[in-house]
Amino acid sequence: MFLQGYLPSIMEGTILTLQVAVSALLVSVVLGLIGAMFKMSPSKPLAWLAEVYSTVVRGVPDLVWMLLLFFGVQMLINELFAQLGWEAPEINSFFAGVMTIGFIFGAYMTETFRGAIMAVPKGQMEAGLAYGMSPLRVFLRITFPQMVRFALPSFSNNWLVLVKSTALVSVIGLNDVMYRADTAKSITQEPFTVYAVVGCIFLAITSVSDLALKRLEKRYSTGVRETEL
Amino acid sequence: MIDLNLIIERFPAFLGGTDGAPIMSTSDGLQLTLELLGLSLVFGLLLAVPMALMLVSRNKWVARPVWLYTYVFRGTPLLVQLFIIYYGLSQFDWVRDSWAWEYLREAYVCAILAFTLNTAAYTTEILAGQIRNTHYGEIEAAKAMGMGKWLMMRRIVIPSALRRALPAYSNEVVMMMQSTSIAGLVTLADLTGVARRVFSDTYMPFEPFLTVAGIYLVMTFALVWLFKKAEQRWLAYLAPRKH
Amino acid sequence: MKKPLLALGTLALALSATVSAETLRFATDASYPPFSKQGADGKMTGFDPDIAQALCAVMKAKCEIVPQDFDGIIPALQAKKFDAVIASMNITEERKKAVDFSDKYYNMASRLVAKQGTQVNAAWFKGKKIGVLRSSIQEKYARDTFAKQGAQLVSYGKAPESFMDLKAGRVDAAFVDAAVGDVDFVKTPNGKGFALVGPDYNEAKYFGVGSGIAVRKGDKALLTRINAALKQIRADGSYDKIQKKYFSFDIYGK
Repeated sequence: MFLQGYLPSIMEGTILTLQVAVSALLVSVVLGLIGAMFKMSPSKPLAWLAEVYSTVVRGVPDLVWMLLLFFGVQMLINELFAQLGWEAPEINSFFAGVMTIGFIFGAYMTETFRGAIMAVPKGQMEAGLAYGMSPLRVFLRITFPQMVRFALPSFSNNWLVLVKSTALVSVIGLNDVMYRADTAKSITQEPFTVYAVVGCIFLAITSVSDLALKRLEKRYSTGVRETEL
Repeated sequence: MIDLNLIIERFPAFLGGTDGAPIMSTSDGLQLTLELLGLSLVFGLLLAVPMALMLVSRNKWVARPVWLYTYVFRGTPLLVQLFIIYYGLSQFDWVRDSWAWEYLREAYVCAILAFTLNTAAYTTEILAGQIRNTHYGEIEAAKAMGMGKWLMMRRIVIPSALRRALPAYSNEVVMMMQSTSIAGLVTLADLTGVARRVFSDTYMPFEPFLTVAGIYLVMTFALVWLFKKAEQRWLAYLAPRKH
Repeated sequence: MKKPLLALGTLALALSATVSAETLRFATDASYPPFSKQGADGKMTGFDPDIAQALCAVMKAKCEIVPQDFDGIIPALQAKKFDAVIASMNITEERKKAVDFSDKYYNMASRLVAKQGTQVNAAWFKGKKIGVLRSSIQEKYARDTFAKQGAQLVSYGKAPESFMDLKAGRVDAAFVDAAVGDVDFVKTPNGKGFALVGPDYNEAKYFGVGSGIAVRKGDKALLTRINAALKQIRADGSYDKIQKKYFSFDIYGK
């Protein structure tokens, strides 16, 4: 039987991988928006904080962050809570994986959103404020829809890199597709087949994402003239 | 809270000496990371230039295979590619019996092969994009001068594309450096691999991981600085006016 | 394989119905057959998980078996990701500094696995590559002994990876628990032409008195319960039943 019956196990792992990827994406978007806001804010310390965040995070490999957060942060939390006398919450692998990847890609998203927001003509926001819209309203109704068009190429790139980075969470013990593949390869003694299957799965995910995001780009670019050569 | 003595004691191991543990490859720690990075980048770039030319060709028999190659290598994680080369190839008897096995049995060679193929794919896309972006005026001028296709490519298009690719390529180089950290997963003792070894010996997470994080950060800054200098020299004509 | 597990499970359930069931999380390596292995259905099977289930049944608690790569298992225990470790972990003085151990639950020597007919003596090690599991006592022993005799160590995150490389010829020998080398490699179709070679490695200084269950330092309450449960399953025959499922000889030792 194909791969001695480990294929369903690998598919189950894929679902977990997708869950991690999507959750991490949400976290990274939130962090990215906050980071972009900080970076563009008039307050010097906030801007500096965001600068440090995006520089340091992108300067260290994902794997090192994952190991540091999974083992190190848990110990910190345990110590902290022990001092306060409370029962420490346990960070399971899923949470650690999602938070780490979200944290890392939040730094990349900061750059994405910052560039995109800056690309929206200032006059648009000024006009909105002149109309008496609250800053939040201006952001939601005016800045955001226009920013999406500029952010999308970089955003899709980040998403694709993020999906591929989730392959590393198997290192901190998460039972995702790579972990299942590792088990399957030892039992079936067919590592090539196993990893070729995993490769195809990732290829499928990236292809589908690519198509969907290109559609999105088209939709948000309605009415924009493309440069003609 | 952080045991500085531990860091100082083990520091040579991170840089490339040993901490009493037998060396697993030709070198360890930072030395190994730099070797992996350097060799992969050089080979990757050498592969990427001809492949970029093939990719922009109008002949679909030439362009399609390269497109497929970049599609697969950019669409799958580097870890999967590494495992396929290291574990996957060793599965087949005909590989083990061939001349290539002498090289492929070394984790070092497998890692460099995987990293090279991966960076070549990304670099090919970057270069191809810049070749397509060449200003039409430059091509026109070259043709007006009577340059043949290959001369034009060699003297005008490729140098120009390489220059304009510098910003995107610098990103790729930095990402490649972060990616070398997975070499530890196929038994190599690169910078991250040494950190994991120290961690599993001492059960202290912060000291080794923060140390290597610091070293990677320093290297990133060094690379970024290097590329800035390169851009100053080769992209000077695109810099904002100073006066 | 499923029936005894089901039986133990129902027993645990029946017993726990009388007392409010607490959940005890045991960690195991998950890629160390016959001691632990993850099946195609994602469940942990093997000697270690079975013993854990038996202990939990006696302790009237619900067992959760969690997989964790061996080299991160003690730090993860210290970080409270689980309550105990049952992963063929030898009781050594060095480890006792970090965790507390129960009484031993088996004792087995380590052997070298290499091509059939290999003669192992002090001179053989020069220039040879030995595969070991990262963070295991085999790694420590190999580092202190084999390396001094000229061997090179290659550390793996999971034991089966060292067997794959042994078969591929990347390492000249793998140094593991005798049973693992036997059941997971030599006796399988892949292990054709390989055998357990060399002497039994059993020095107490490195290999301790045997393998025990690790708990966090100071977790006396859990330790006492585990030891009591261990005594009971040795006495009432459930240990022997589990042992017979995987081994044809007595692994408890003296």
